[in-house]
Amino acid sequence: MRTDARVEDLLRRLAPQVLGVLVRRHGQFDACEDAVQEALLAAAVGWPEEGIPGNPRGWLITVADRRMTDQLRSEHARRQREDRVAAQVPADSSHAPAPGAEQPPEHDDTLTLLFLCCHPALSPSSQIALTLRAVGGLTTAEIASAFLVPEATMAQRILRAKQRIKATGITFRMPAEPERGDRLRVVLHVLYLIFNEGYSASSGPDLQRGELTHEAIRLTRVVHRLLPDDGEVAGLLALMLLTDARRAARSRPDGALVPLAEQDRGRWNSEAIREGIALVTDALTRTPVGPYQLQAAIAAVHAEAARADDTDWPQIVVLYELLERISPNPVITLNHAVAVAMVRGPRAGLEMLETLDGDERIARHHRLEAVRAHLLEMAGDGAAALSSYRIAARRTTSLPERRYLESRAARLTGDDR
Amino acid sequence: MRYMLLIYQNPASFETLSEEERNAVMGEVGTIMGELTESGEWLGGEGLADPSQTKTVKVRDGVPAVTDGPYLEAKEHLVGYCLLECESVERATDIATRWPDARWWGVEVRPLMDAAGTEM
Repeated sequence: MRTDARVEDLLRRLAPQVLGVLVRRHGQFDACEDAVQEALLAAAVGWPEEGIPGNPRGWLITVADRRMTDQLRSEHARRQREDRVAAQVPADSSHAPAPGAEQPPEHDDTLTLLFLCCHPALSPSSQIALTLRAVGGLTTAEIASAFLVPEATMAQRILRAKQRIKATGITFRMPAEPERGDRLRVVLHVLYLIFNEGYSASSGPDLQRGELTHEAIRLTRVVHRLLPDDGEVAGLLALMLLTDARRAARSRPDGALVPLAEQDRGRWNSEAIREGIALVTDALTRTPVGPYQLQAAIAAVHAEAARADDTDWPQIVVLYELLERISPNPVITLNHAVAVAMVRGPRAGLEMLETLDGDERIARHHRLEAVRAHLLEMAGDGAAALSSYRIAARRTTSLPERRYLESRAARLTGDDR
Repeated sequence: MRYMLLIYQNPASFETLSEEERNAVMGEVGTIMGELTESGEWLGGEGLADPSQTKTVKVRDGVPAVTDGPYLEAKEHLVGYCLLECESVERATDIATRWPDARWWGVEVRPLMDAAGTEM
């Protein structure tokens, strides 16, 4: 529907600002969100034909506000509680503000909206869906198509998330200082999940799903602009840019995955790499260190190596040691083991993997077996590597990963002959 | 993660259930489907016609052969499926546990393959 890219960009940027104004005016996040979505749809249909109005933000606020006011009126009339209309609806909001009358807000509500959409009382899938719609300005159909679910299912998730916000009495305000740090971590995690969903799909046939990386980067940029002194926001943005920089090199035209060591580094996006490195360097020098900054720093070390052989693995080992100390989890250990193998040899890496065999969070995960297979191959144990590649190939639910693991296994059976 | 619940049944023994029992099964299925739709986990699902209505197609040396009846000789048959998106395999398994056919026959929980992937 939104064929005009300029209109689309503008609408996505304005969506949270317009919603912020409406919620401040009327309360009722759920109804305001519907009203804004309708205004966005009207603009998406009308503006490419009629041109973008002089004050697009004011236009959207006027249209959304009118819908909201109509809805409030009919609801209240139905309930015969007109006396409360006067109390709930400020007198000026029933009139459309003149174009240009709406001043830009003194502060941007986008962050408050993000905290609301990523409230810990919501499930991750609800947080993601609501964030993309209310903050990202995407339509339900676009979100559904990006996550490969029917539109009715996605609509239900959004409805449920909004009902839950209403039922639990979550209010539209910045979280108070003691909990703000934890709440921001949830917001960043939701943005990270959106990015990963898009990045893993960007080699495949689902183009709209791959677009989620752009959307995650765009929203993280907004958060970084609003919180420029938060090192973890900068770290996450850097991590996304440095990871996405490899997009063009990470798969072959037929969709086959290319491992990091074999990627054509000339095809990495040097502009994104420059920006990512600058962001993470700045964050590491002036803010407390955190897991996103460290992961970005590791990605930066890879990005700085002109050839895979030039990779500064000892530096990466040091960064993983720090990461394991501040944010221990089995996936970090897994990647740490790869770095250790590159510095001290495959047997040292394999020993480290053994510590994960008893960890039920990852013991049966295909990634553990895939890494083991690579390290066994490095160690020259072809038979054991073959067996691990095959186990990993059977365990993964990703078609391109299965194909990659099967091809590694096939290469070994070729060697054995 | 997306999962498919494959529902197996022995049509001959289903027929031996009383009408009351069969209605109860249908009622339970309706309730579960309603809950899964409401929770946003339901992606789709269908019931299949009786196995006797099956055509099995095999092509050998380029020659197609179409026979009546199921591919596998069995008493239990696939009678329907539902496609779900769940936070975990435990959640998908819990749903399968509640599916009435699991009490007499069985329900398989199978993860779906995904076209997305990450390089190693």
